[in-house]
Amino acid sequence: MILLWLIAILFLGGALAWASEGLDARLPRVVALCSLLLSLGLVLWLWISGGAQVGTPGGTWWVLDSWAWIPRFGIALSVGIDGLGLLMLVLTVFLGLMALGAAWNEISQRTGFFYFNLLWTLAGVVGVFTALDLFLFFFFWEVMLIPMYLIIAIWGHENRAYAAMKFFLFTQVSGLLLLLAILCLAYFHFVQFGVFSFDYFALQNVVLEERFQMWVMLGFFIGFATKLPAFPLHSWLPDAHSQAPTAGSVLLAGVLLKTGAYGLIRFTVPLFPEASASFAPVAMSIAAIGILYCAKLAFAQNDIKRLIAYTSVSHMGFVLLGIYAWNLYGLQGAVMTMLAHGLSSAALFMLAGGLQHRLHTRDMDKMSGLWAQLPMLSAMALFFSVAAVGMPGLGNFIGEFLSLLGAFQASRSITAISALGLIFAAVYSLWVIQKVFHGPYKIPEGVGRSAIPEDLSTVELVCYALMALGLVWMGMYPQSFLALSGPGLEGLLQAVGAFSGELGPAAALGGAL
Amino acid sequence: MTGEQLLLLLPLILVTTTAVLTMLMVAVKRHHGVSCLISAAGLTLSILSLVIVVPLAPAEVTPLLRVDAFSVFFTALILLSGLAITLFSYPYLSNLEDHQDEFYMLLVIAVLGALVMVSSTHFITAFLGMETLSVCLYGMIAYPLHRRETAQYPMEASIKYLVLSALSSGFVLFGMALLYAQTGTLHFSSIAAQLSGLEGAVPPLYYVVAALLIITGFAFKLSLVPFHLWTPDVYEGAPLPATAFLATVGKLAMAALLMRYMSVSGVLGSEAIVYVLSLMAAFSIIAGNLLALLQSNLKRLLSYSSIAHMGYLLIALLTLDTIEDSLGAEAVSFYLVAYVLMSLGAFGVMMVVSDSAQERDHIGHYQGLFWRNPWLALVFTAMLLSLAGIPLTVGFIAKFYILAAGVEGAKWGLLFAMIVGSGIGLFYYLRIVYRMLTPLEYFEPMREAGLKELLSHCVLLVLLCALIVFGVYPNGLMSLLEAVVRTL
Repeated sequence: MILLWLIAILFLGGALAWASEGLDARLPRVVALCSLLLSLGLVLWLWISGGAQVGTPGGTWWVLDSWAWIPRFGIALSVGIDGLGLLMLVLTVFLGLMALGAAWNEISQRTGFFYFNLLWTLAGVVGVFTALDLFLFFFFWEVMLIPMYLIIAIWGHENRAYAAMKFFLFTQVSGLLLLLAILCLAYFHFVQFGVFSFDYFALQNVVLEERFQMWVMLGFFIGFATKLPAFPLHSWLPDAHSQAPTAGSVLLAGVLLKTGAYGLIRFTVPLFPEASASFAPVAMSIAAIGILYCAKLAFAQNDIKRLIAYTSVSHMGFVLLGIYAWNLYGLQGAVMTMLAHGLSSAALFMLAGGLQHRLHTRDMDKMSGLWAQLPMLSAMALFFSVAAVGMPGLGNFIGEFLSLLGAFQASRSITAISALGLIFAAVYSLWVIQKVFHGPYKIPEGVGRSAIPEDLSTVELVCYALMALGLVWMGMYPQSFLALSGPGLEGLLQAVGAFSGELGPAAALGGAL
Repeated sequence: MTGEQLLLLLPLILVTTTAVLTMLMVAVKRHHGVSCLISAAGLTLSILSLVIVVPLAPAEVTPLLRVDAFSVFFTALILLSGLAITLFSYPYLSNLEDHQDEFYMLLVIAVLGALVMVSSTHFITAFLGMETLSVCLYGMIAYPLHRRETAQYPMEASIKYLVLSALSSGFVLFGMALLYAQTGTLHFSSIAAQLSGLEGAVPPLYYVVAALLIITGFAFKLSLVPFHLWTPDVYEGAPLPATAFLATVGKLAMAALLMRYMSVSGVLGSEAIVYVLSLMAAFSIIAGNLLALLQSNLKRLLSYSSIAHMGYLLIALLTLDTIEDSLGAEAVSFYLVAYVLMSLGAFGVMMVVSDSAQERDHIGHYQGLFWRNPWLALVFTAMLLSLAGIPLTVGFIAKFYILAAGVEGAKWGLLFAMIVGSGIGLFYYLRIVYRMLTPLEYFEPMREAGLKELLSHCVLLVLLCALIVFGVYPNGLMSLLEAVVRTL
């Protein structure tokens, strides 16, 4: 029941925020803060209390609830979380608070509707991380799209109509493929067991013919890989990120991308073990290409938000790599990368948004020597850039290291190629720092000489400090997170079995063709 | 004819009486409000009379009509749509510089034709119903011709509809004649019985040709590609209530008739027919969506999108007899309910902001509606998102149903076309939503919502609630439809 409450709080909070705008334009953000704090309280309480442990084939579940919804198709309101789901929930609610912090002073128009959309996106994401019925999962998967579309389309920057449309079309069309694949699975459950079912555990029993399994698996993979996003389905992301308001970018990078990775771990591989195993070399190759190609693209950007967006795609490549290595190191690495990247990219987008708010431009060519004027902001930027590069001692290092460690067992050649991405990351990150924050101080056009941009406000400072703290925690004592996600991931590994064998580049290429 | 049979025909009789009453009222004293009231009351009574009909069904009323759960369900749906359009018409027509009363009479008679269509199991009644509906529509489409300034093209639309509709009726008649010449009967089920008596599983050639001719006629009314060319012009030229009627009741009655014909007569046993219908479905989906892409007139846009929606519907129709106890019939019925809800809602919003003096059917008229009139914008957005098939709305469940039926019937190619089509569809639906979100510096003030519009707004509220309730908790409707299609 507690999970439904969590979702309900966010939905109702959103509606209330919208309604409260009529009383006072500043009220919605307070309402949003209250409902987010309430949700955070619930999630933390879940974490601390440990929940009732329910053992099932898919691992150890903390909470597992089910109510009938549409019996005609065997659809139920099944929700549940294990350690992995809990970590995702913590990330979601925490970044929700950060997005709220980013929007606190930035959003001044139609505040009620903005916080409504913010909270409804989060409610959709929480639903995605908790749903154990594939219909329900898809339902939430789509529910989070519309508010996000509205956030980009209404409060976005100059080219928002294009970006919002592109975001929506990519995710929606791939979503329909996902729906079709889910329906195939449900139908084959009907053929084999006589009833329709969308239940996660029931669908694991469906046996599909090999070729057909590959097609259905591809439906799932495309649906999730578009959201992740993986090369070559990533082209919506730079546009969406650069045009979205800061809070929107924070949610997109921090939370929405993780739903794709979560879907791959929770659904794609466990539901189609054989097809996934034979697809793994292709997926890992895609990951490696994405890591290198997007790192290179990032280096070519002038727009600071586009740059961070491309680095996001590059970093999500490590997640894909870790998942399709399909061993405990790889999966733990993927989960840690998801968490750490969630914090670091959210922080970087907030910084980019902060710069845009102060300088009215995202063009890095117009920025120089900002350290002199904005020391605190610059220091934060340095910290999070270094984190994104994968500096030991911070969370991203743990994640990427574990991903590579896992991938090394699966395919040495792909791992070696992917590891080059770490070097590229260092190049573009330090280049940004050098270009924007060092050198002679230059005042961008549009900002008067007298109007010196202000350094971080208290709200911003608190947000950055919290995220920095999180990254240090992950880097210094990752065990607290690994222990949480471990049992669930081990359960998945046992249920599916490890993918076999070392795969050379020739085999990977052969698989790709 | 026994008393029980008369009771079974009660809805038809009540609707006929209403039509006569409206006509007599015109002879006694013309009054817009009274005419509207009589029509609305007649339709309401007719809906209520279904309570008497339900326990008596299923029954054959003469060899021509069959009243069963299926026909009762669609009768109710048609009457409700007719009632909603009557209520929307009142404020719309109230500033017409001519008599308004006849519009309601035409509307009620058209409803009668539609009711006959959904109850018919015989080609004669099917044809009678179709013609009654069409003849009234000619008048409804040309209705604003009577006003002094004719800015649009109702006459062109009406003539176009008349000529092409007559042509399609010709096709249907030819098909019927061919069937009659060979089998000596026009009853759906006895044709099927004769057919199954023949040796071999392959239907004879005359039967395939006849069925294709009949389906061509039906496809014209459903505006499936390649018989869709009239649709955008007629939708654009007709006054909004007539467009809404054509888009909802017209499509609904035709689709229900086609569904009964296809499930009873076993036409899908012929591979040739399945092949032709599959091509029609695929082309309708792709062409409809592509043509809608860059329309800036919302009536034209919705007309093209209706072509695409009929294509989706055809996917489910094609799965009707692949497997015993299949999802196909349920999917078709559910999709029709959803389609009527969302079309009525979308046209309803347009009717509320328009009147017969000025139709606001250009996308620019809706710019910034979110900040001018949030309520109408909310309804419109919900309807458009439902047409696009986004969750929380009934359109999503309907699309889900079609996909499920398609998976069951293994129509992979068509499902793929549907996914591509939906992707394209999203673009133009979202374009309207985006325009509504874009603020506008200057806008002409909207018509003040007075007492006259109150009922229209109530209807919109009901439609919105139904849209969301069936979208979030479709179980009740699903079990109802499951029972309904079993009687088919």
